[in-house]
Amino acid sequence: MNEMAVLYSLFFRIGLFSVGGGYVMLPMLRSELVEKRGWADDRELLDYYAIGQATPGIIAINTATFIGFKRCGIAGAVAATAGMVTPSLIIILLIAALIPSIQANPFVQKAFKGIRVAVAMLLAGTLISLARKSWKSPWEIALTAGAFAAVVAFGAAPVPIILAAGAAGWLFSRKRRARA
Amino acid sequence: MTLLNLYLTFFKIGLFTIGGGLASLPLLQESVVNSGMIRQTEFIDMVAISQSTPGPIGINMATFAGFKLAGIAGGFVATLGIISPSLIIIMIIAAWMKNFASRPAVKGVMSGIRPAALGLIASAAWFILQKALFIPVSPDGESAFSIPALLLFAGLALAYRLKPASPILYIVAGGALGLLIF
Repeated sequence: MNEMAVLYSLFFRIGLFSVGGGYVMLPMLRSELVEKRGWADDRELLDYYAIGQATPGIIAINTATFIGFKRCGIAGAVAATAGMVTPSLIIILLIAALIPSIQANPFVQKAFKGIRVAVAMLLAGTLISLARKSWKSPWEIALTAGAFAAVVAFGAAPVPIILAAGAAGWLFSRKRRARA
Repeated sequence: MTLLNLYLTFFKIGLFTIGGGLASLPLLQESVVNSGMIRQTEFIDMVAISQSTPGPIGINMATFAGFKLAGIAGGFVATLGIISPSLIIIMIIAAWMKNFASRPAVKGVMSGIRPAALGLIASAAWFILQKALFIPVSPDGESAFSIPALLLFAGLALAYRLKPASPILYIVAGGALGLLIF
């Protein structure tokens, strides 16, 4: 199978199983890109997410575009993004055309309650492995804790947090280099 | 609404959505509800369905709204509109990163952003966990802590630790067990 088809089908699968937003696809991205294929390491994955968050557009689409471009240039970016949106197009068009009351179905609601628990568990597991690999000093733990607290306790928006953390990283690395 | 107008409307929404599909809600509300194209109640149903069906919320919303406004072609055009800014901007950044990633200044900036991104992901996980464990008990939206949900969480976490498999398997298992226990 050529690489464009691989990108398309990989992101088609991720789009199909990411229920409830871009963060939900992180465990799947990590298992496919880092563990199974070795296309990226944990550091790069966090870079994609950070850039996807701080730039215009939907995070899931930004991340798909980024990874597709890294693998196969412009054609790869288009293939990955097309794969990501295809399940939405098919499923939402079907729902919009057929049954407006699907949401009220008690079986659908019960299944989604269980799916939400699974999604929360997977995200927690992914976070633990990412933290293990990217925390190398108290300074990184402090940045993570600071960003978490800024959102959860103070309701801060992601963009200013990313910008502030970038500025802090730049200042810190300059100081370290000046000392070295 | 012509297809070109639809494309431009959703291009604008994509361009000004920063940080997650839910961030596109106020923009969508402004351009399709306040202008009278879609009724408020229809809009709320649209949000609920987009959140609980596969795919990024922003894409689901765009497909839905586009379909309501201009049929199947509208669904495609609105989706194309909302992803166009991402495609353009991210490809420019990715191309630029290739050349500049080894510069010390870029490395310094990224060394600060990476752990902060981890914190942002943790905050999203926190909100998702709350939603998963505190389940609505009455029709007016009151929620209570759910012991079955906690047990399901513990069971899935144990399975994940003992024998890590594809995330898709846990999502399907969560849905199936949800049918049984809730």
